[in-house]
Amino acid sequence: MSAPSFTADQTSRRSTHRAPAPRRAARRKHSVARPRRSTVLTLLMGLTAVYALMPLAWLVINATKTQKSLLDSFGLWFSGEFALWDNISQTLTYDDGIFVRWFLNTLLYVVVGAGGATFLAVLGGYGLAKFDFAGKRAVFATVIGAVAVPATALAVPTFLMFSKMGLTNTPWAVIIPSLISPFGLYLMWVFAAEAIPTELLEAARVDGSGELRTFFQVALPLLTPGIVTVLLFTMVQTWNNYFLPVIMIKNPDWYPLTLGLNAWNQQASTAGGQPVFNLVITGSLLTIVPLIAAFLLLQRYWQSGLAAGSVKG
Amino acid sequence: MTAVTPITTGRRPPAGVSRSRRGRAGWVFVGPFMAVFALVFLAPIAYSLYLSFFRDQLVGGTSFVGLDNFQRAFEDEQFWAAVGRVLLFLVVQVPVMLGLALLIALALDSGRLYGKSFFRIAVFLPYAVPAVVATLMWGFIYGTRFGLVGNINEALGVSLPDPLSPSLVLASIGNIVTWEFIGYNMLIFYSALRVVPKSLYEAAEIDGAGEWRVITAVKIPAIRGALVIATIFSVVGGSQQIKEPSILQSLAPNAITTYFTPNLYTFTLSFSGRQQNYAATVSLVMGVVTMIIAYAVQLRGMRKEA
Repeated sequence: MSAPSFTADQTSRRSTHRAPAPRRAARRKHSVARPRRSTVLTLLMGLTAVYALMPLAWLVINATKTQKSLLDSFGLWFSGEFALWDNISQTLTYDDGIFVRWFLNTLLYVVVGAGGATFLAVLGGYGLAKFDFAGKRAVFATVIGAVAVPATALAVPTFLMFSKMGLTNTPWAVIIPSLISPFGLYLMWVFAAEAIPTELLEAARVDGSGELRTFFQVALPLLTPGIVTVLLFTMVQTWNNYFLPVIMIKNPDWYPLTLGLNAWNQQASTAGGQPVFNLVITGSLLTIVPLIAAFLLLQRYWQSGLAAGSVKG
Repeated sequence: MTAVTPITTGRRPPAGVSRSRRGRAGWVFVGPFMAVFALVFLAPIAYSLYLSFFRDQLVGGTSFVGLDNFQRAFEDEQFWAAVGRVLLFLVVQVPVMLGLALLIALALDSGRLYGKSFFRIAVFLPYAVPAVVATLMWGFIYGTRFGLVGNINEALGVSLPDPLSPSLVLASIGNIVTWEFIGYNMLIFYSALRVVPKSLYEAAEIDGAGEWRVITAVKIPAIRGALVIATIFSVVGGSQQIKEPSILQSLAPNAITTYFTPNLYTFTLSFSGRQQNYAATVSLVMGVVTMIIAYAVQLRGMRKEA
């Protein structure tokens, strides 16, 4: 299998990555390597794009409606007064600005949880890829075995353990379990093995550089695309976290956004509760904007990182 | 996961002394991960194993009951109904989702599309949406009150079947999960396809293979590893389901029981039922069931590879 080198500049040239093949096949007009574009296929793909984007369009459109026109207008078109800004300010100020608090909580869980998970995965993946040590096989077997263990099945025993340790209802109960990403470790392992030439490490050692210094100064810069990938995916996981906080956190002051939104939704569905569907919808929109922005802005990094994961996969 | 080749370092350090020093250095890097891993993965497993041998009663306190909890789990109809529901879900949803994801990846890889990068990012985008938000959105869309389904009924004067009714709710959940993960799986397949050497296609073409033949004989076998991994992840993810059903519960209380999926059942047992020992047992049994399924997928994938 050809082992591509995963550097940032390689991905920036992605659009031309087919260049060598077509040139050789240029004598023929169309071939598997240089096919004719197909309108029919593009239209079919258009359907899948509609499927993927329709709910998001629904969300954006309905975030511009008042609670009243939400209930009596067609879902996929604008109606009534344009209430987006009203809805946003209402979302941010409702119940003494609890949404902002939830947003900050989520940020805390993401920065410490996903950041920490990435850090541990990078260290561990590098150690597994570049060192021989006693127990390496056992580490591999345990971690791969753990991927198959349903994480949510661990939630209940983890809760019981944490409540004995007095950690429940504190941010730690959410942060500590998010520090482990077996998939992140696996991805970093594969990535470090490909991206860091062993000769480079040997050279640094010959020059008298200690292992930690070699890691930070030589290896880390080469790992950047992999790190961004793992960071993005652990971020999504932590941002997405729902079941764990449901179990661990009873105090709404420590809710992440996902729990808060669901609480608003349930409030709307219970008899006598104030229906705040417009806030649920606007809040949902505000919740996904940062993640979508991160994915769009960092495209070139995570796409090359995922490619590395799938080579060995 | 079997396809992982343990990567050995290219060159061994020359002397024994430096080798043991390097060995310690290896643990310096892997140690922190393993320490936290032990706390949040191994300890809870051990703890639930311990819990599963006891019973906690209001009268009489905690007592050792041997395998009673396991016996109860094996005879528990609610639990096995939940397992059956999840299996049905897996058998239908995973092939549909992965099949579509593969078709999209092949279409992107074929180079026959206009606006390829737009499609790639558009189909992937739902992955960035948290499951809670995705479920809330689809829940609203499904709604016959002010959802799209309601709108369509009103506009066309028809009455579509209620997606949140007991007979359709599993399919509706399947749609949400498919929507969330189709792009992610597509991207895994697409990334794997991109590194298949182009010379293989050319060789096949010279042998007179058409595009469809190139796909079935060259492309799909070349990414079998990615297919197996994606299947395992989808199976494990699908059998753990709890977010989507538990959020939809407030919209469809009649259709989604408290034991709709095994995970929801454990959750109910330990928090509403306060039967934590039994909940731990059910978790363990479900973990084993999941591992057996994942292992079967892996074996099947490997056999085809051979």
